Amino acid sequence: MSETHAIVVEKVLPYPPERIWRTLTRSELIAKWLMPNDFEPVVGYRFTFKTRPMGDWDGIVHCEVLECDPPQRLRYSWKGGSESNPDYGARLNSEVTWTLTKVEGGTHLKMVHDGFVFPGNRFAYEAMSPGWGKVMDGIARVTVDAATASEGPAGGMSMIRKSV
Amino acid sequence: MTPAAQLTSVMKTLADPTRRAVFERIVGDPEIAATALVKGMRVSQPAVSQHLRVLRDAGLVMERREGRHIYYRPAPKGLAPLIDWLGHYEKFWRERFENLEKLLEDDE
Repeated sequence: MSETHAIVVEKVLPYPPERIWRTLTRSELIAKWLMPNDFEPVVGYRFTFKTRPMGDWDGIVHCEVLECDPPQRLRYSWKGGSESNPDYGARLNSEVTWTLTKVEGGTHLKMVHDGFVFPGNRFAYEAMSPGWGKVMDGIARVTVDAATASEGPAGGMSMIRKSV
Repeated sequence: MTPAAQLTSVMKTLADPTRRAVFERIVGDPEIAATALVKGMRVSQPAVSQHLRVLRDAGLVMERREGRHIYYRPAPKGLAPLIDWLGHYEKFWRERFENLEKLLEDDE
């Protein structure tokens, strides 16, 4: 059994969903906050992000638009890296999902980057690196609270696990 | 080993289901004798020994010899390369999210 781990970042931003959607889906705007790209908001469209090359990886992230439902949900695949690299350069076959939910005073924006495959199960990680499992659970709980709170800007970051 | 080699080595080592099962047995106990490991597995003794060698070489388990017996226990920092990998992306997204917020602010 393996588990995939996801990174989640979410926050309530004081802007309407349409405005945030624009920054998530216009190529020249994406380039300003994320990476140079040739994105187009069309399901099935293949595009790339360009980052720093590392080792035998050319620094190109290969993506495909999987869902595009303005101004609520955007999902694309994210593949790149090489087995011979650590950190951002390591091989990754993943997905990024953006969800925008209109709330009082703005938009709850949530990003989930899923597909970090860890072999084994969480018990192994907890036993091997004491506190690791607890830390992840703690952060996840804080984020859930923030996400369900109906007032005020709330933000958080967490990692979630699921078995595959 | 370089960080890349460590990450690859941990991934590859744990990709094998039998080896992972051996690893999870070791992690479940403070220390376990090689003989006890063999008893609990439906795999031959030489196969278990081979898996134990690979786990040891990948820095995932530690070995202690006492007379004719060999004992295994989890290596404290064995899974650090995986945690670092996720940590890197965590930092990446936190920073990009901040960029996004800033862009929205400036765009006002």
